[in-house]
Amino acid sequence: MVGIIDYGAGNLYSVRKALRYLEMDSIFISRAEELDEVRAVILPGVGAFGEAAHRLEIAGLKSPLQRWIDEGRPFLGICLGMQLLGESSEESANGRGISLVKKSCVKIEGPRRIHMGWNRVDFQDDPLFHNIPRKKAYFYFVHGYAFPADTEGAIALSEYGTSFAAAFRIGKAYGVQFHPEKSGKNGLILLKNWRQSWDV
Amino acid sequence: MGCVRVIPCLDVNNGCVVKGVGFQNLEEKGDPLLFARSYEEQGADELVFLDVGATVESRKMTLKLLEEISSEIFIPLTAGGGISSEEDMRSVLRAGADKVSLCSAALRDPELIRRGARAFGSQCIVISIDARKAGERWHACTHGGKQDTGIDAIDWGKRCRELGAGEILLNSIDRDGTQTGYDLELTRAMSQAVDIPVIASGGVGTVEQLLEGLQQGQADAVLLASLLHEGRLTVKEIKDYFREKGVDVRC
Repeated sequence: MVGIIDYGAGNLYSVRKALRYLEMDSIFISRAEELDEVRAVILPGVGAFGEAAHRLEIAGLKSPLQRWIDEGRPFLGICLGMQLLGESSEESANGRGISLVKKSCVKIEGPRRIHMGWNRVDFQDDPLFHNIPRKKAYFYFVHGYAFPADTEGAIALSEYGTSFAAAFRIGKAYGVQFHPEKSGKNGLILLKNWRQSWDV
Repeated sequence: MGCVRVIPCLDVNNGCVVKGVGFQNLEEKGDPLLFARSYEEQGADELVFLDVGATVESRKMTLKLLEEISSEIFIPLTAGGGISSEEDMRSVLRAGADKVSLCSAALRDPELIRRGARAFGSQCIVISIDARKAGERWHACTHGGKQDTGIDAIDWGKRCRELGAGEILLNSIDRDGTQTGYDLELTRAMSQAVDIPVIASGGVGTVEQLLEGLQQGQADAVLLASLLHEGRLTVKEIKDYFREKGVDVRC
């Protein structure tokens, strides 16, 4: 069972639909106790960093998620859900993240205000990208901020004016800046790979 | 640097595709799900569904359709047609859309853009602008171009951006259906006026014209309907052509 964190910041339905397609059961989690019912956690998210960090905090989920990750339990942060694993973001002066990664997200300086659309992802050998053809490694992005390319644990980079971390792995926690649930076949393969990393 | 996007648009009414139905085996059924599958297979980057009936009954069918499509097709889906409140937005998002497209309702109530962006995020709010040439400039129109609001289309685009719109879907009323190519001047003017993506629509008949929209019009994406529905072009042919011309597209 996968828990999708519901803290009022993001479209949970598309994540759930992709999991359902892959025959993975999921529940929405809005309280810490509910974490006991799941083996793995997905933290989705769209919107502003500060607002989302605040929502996570008042939902009483921030420390439990911190512990979850520290204990090495399976975790996947998507888009803003990845950024929340950092310390802070240029986007919001006051917001504090989970601080698994000792880095702050920076503004992407591309031709448009936000990076929206498909882009190439240049990945290292990691089980998360298993079976994804390197030359066709396109994923769907929607974001204005990201971790810099030199972030610890980075296993994939992408570029939109600035080179940035498209994915990282620290212990059993993965973060992806793109939306696997909206990245067609590649995204589905990636989600399947993620499951295989913990459901053996 | 990011790929340009090729976006098929399906006009639906009561759950059926209603115009430019040309795929022979699909024509009889007019089933949007079959179109959607076929376009996804060809490499479409996103899909747009416009509920052209936008009656209560038609809306119900569109929601059901979004449910079905989003259960098996995992690329971004935009829904539009008759969306005029946050409640409308919520129901299409719940049904599986990732973005909503607003047109007349945003012109009537511009604050709807701000409220929608606040509730669901800017990335979710696409503003559709139907523009008609008026002297040296263009006016934003409603009702398929029949009613001229007198509002300058470029100024309206900038205002939408300020209110929190995430993308602009720009349609030239003058060129719509003519197959003479995009209004490049209009497309370029909008693209330079806002820092959010501009999707070009209206008037294209050939791949060369699509490329002009991207290069001279500086659009970020192209939206197509009948050219694809009638089988005159496939998404794959378009992308192969773009790639040949050095434009980065997803493969």
